[in-house]
Amino acid sequence: MLELLGNHTVQTVTLGAVLLGMVSGLLGSFAVLRQQSLLGDTLAHAALPGVCIGFLIAGTRHLGWIMAGALVTAVIAALFVQVVTRYSRIKMDAGLGAALSVSFAVGVVLLTYIQGHASASQGGLDSFLFGQAAATRPSDLWFMGGVTLAAMALVALMWKQLKLVTFDPLFAGSIGLRVGVLETLLTAMIALAVVVGLQMVGVVLMTAMVIAPPVAARQWVSRLEHMVFLAMLMGVISGVGGVLLSAGVAHLATGPVVVLVASALVTLSLLLAPGRGVLWSWLKLWREQRSIGQRQMLVTLHKLAEHHEDPYYPVERSMLDSFYGVATSHILRRLQARGFVVPASHMRQEGPHWALTDAGHNEARQELERMDWNQAEV
Amino acid sequence: MQAFLNDPMAMILLTGALVATSGALLGTFLVLQRQSMLSDAISHSIVFGIVVVWLLTHAQSGPLQIAGAALTGVLTVFLTEMVARTRRVKRDAAIGLVFPALFAAGVLLLNLYARDIHIDSHTVLLGEIGFVWLDTMPLAGLEIPQAVVWMTVATLVNLGFVLACYKELKLASFDWQLAAALGLAPTLMFYLLLGLTSVTAVAAFDAVGAVLFIAFVIVPAATAYLLTDRLSLMLLLAVLVGVASTLCGYPLAVRLDVSIGGTMASMTGVFLVLAFVLSPRYGVLGHWLNRRVKYSG
Repeated sequence: MLELLGNHTVQTVTLGAVLLGMVSGLLGSFAVLRQQSLLGDTLAHAALPGVCIGFLIAGTRHLGWIMAGALVTAVIAALFVQVVTRYSRIKMDAGLGAALSVSFAVGVVLLTYIQGHASASQGGLDSFLFGQAAATRPSDLWFMGGVTLAAMALVALMWKQLKLVTFDPLFAGSIGLRVGVLETLLTAMIALAVVVGLQMVGVVLMTAMVIAPPVAARQWVSRLEHMVFLAMLMGVISGVGGVLLSAGVAHLATGPVVVLVASALVTLSLLLAPGRGVLWSWLKLWREQRSIGQRQMLVTLHKLAEHHEDPYYPVERSMLDSFYGVATSHILRRLQARGFVVPASHMRQEGPHWALTDAGHNEARQELERMDWNQAEV
Repeated sequence: MQAFLNDPMAMILLTGALVATSGALLGTFLVLQRQSMLSDAISHSIVFGIVVVWLLTHAQSGPLQIAGAALTGVLTVFLTEMVARTRRVKRDAAIGLVFPALFAAGVLLLNLYARDIHIDSHTVLLGEIGFVWLDTMPLAGLEIPQAVVWMTVATLVNLGFVLACYKELKLASFDWQLAAALGLAPTLMFYLLLGLTSVTAVAAFDAVGAVLFIAFVIVPAATAYLLTDRLSLMLLLAVLVGVASTLCGYPLAVRLDVSIGGTMASMTGVFLVLAFVLSPRYGVLGHWLNRRVKYSG
């Protein structure tokens, strides 16, 4: 691993992955919270024609022109979606899908035009389609770093406004904030993040970089400032983890590995995050079901004993089975482990019997009180 | 007949028209059910299915591959629904989490095990309709391009599905609850619709690529949605817009010497913008004129 870090290319790519993770986690948080996750998908595809136009203008693979072109077409596509969904009956999903597929088609047309006509070599233009992390140059890092810093500065300066527009755009409008301007600004910044990531992970996989780190972060925290920081951290972890993994194993493309690491982070967070984790709620449900069975059993035994005026009245298990309609032996054994019931011998030729202990009677009485109290509340 | 089948231009146009028809038939219902982006998800994640089927059976085309990829499409939808149902993630984010992961897994498998087969990710995403006439198969004594055969099958299956389940699809699109209450199985219809979308996407990816296929699913249907309120008319208009796009796109692509599939798909966008501006009832211009008439009169 240390040898890997000494390698100059790996250093460059790792640093690029750190910057990419930070900027996509930061801006992706707002996209995900505003339920515009798939906007990143559309923006990533819509960047392709811009990449080609930038290339045609500059005549070479000049990163500045290419990024500028990508940013312009991505923002145009986003505006198209906004206009079409606002001024016609076309819904958000169809608007996003139409902008995505048509702009990508235009990009394909331009790409083949460049391949057929441009005199200059189109070297490395394909890398924007599928991402080629190894092609990251040290000079690219300055650009990525600049974009990351600018995005962070912007978010820090406009924090209050962006927060309000994200969570309550109606209220934001009512106190005089320019909601439309802020929304367009956010969209443009997400486009910027997508454009920065294009050549590292490619058009398709950039979608995941905008969505996965914020979704993973959201599971662990519920304050926006915490979520943004954690999302940046998750982005950095997926980026660096993916770069190092793919550098360590031959023939592994970096982009897909980065995305798979991010997906693994999301899966872990969804399952394990304290409070929101799916695994915990399953566990809670299972425990609840188990304890309901035990509580019911205690009350049943207690009432039977009261009815027969014998606190140690032995109840036959098969009778309990048929009363509950399910096998009850596991419930009884668990209650026995807690010291609430004991096996009781009755007549020899009959099946196993159980009786409540004193502790069991206490527990059942408390349970009955709780039930009364609950009913009184209702 | 064979002369027709040997004519590259006729074959390219026929393939394009078949892709447009089969896409529009399904796209109409996807747009109405607000599930358009699922076609985007499916068309990316079938890469995974195609690679897995190739690794297991070495089948690069044919029914086995189509079945495998269709399963992947349904898997994508199923996983998306599962993630969304945890209610920890909104539905749009769930879509955007599942398909890039499957796509990434597919690309990685390609990288690791299948470095020299023709289904590189390039073909999958872009396709090349210009070469469909080269890759033929014998059928009924004729040499027919593979893409034409598979696209014809896909189109007929889609048409049969729409005709046979018209009532179910219609109700599922407009009133999901009522459809469920009447026992018209909207969920089953939903999965069938997306299963067929996957099948069609696989059949079409050789010709136009996965991403351009999305254009033929969503854009003509959205265009037709701006033009009419009748479902049957919307289906017909969507098919017409799709076919018209392929017919306009081909000569343009030949003249400019650029990607034929790309130009055809771009043309669908032109039709959408035209409908958005000019549609008599739902167009921007129509609205504006209506308002003027109202206020001046």
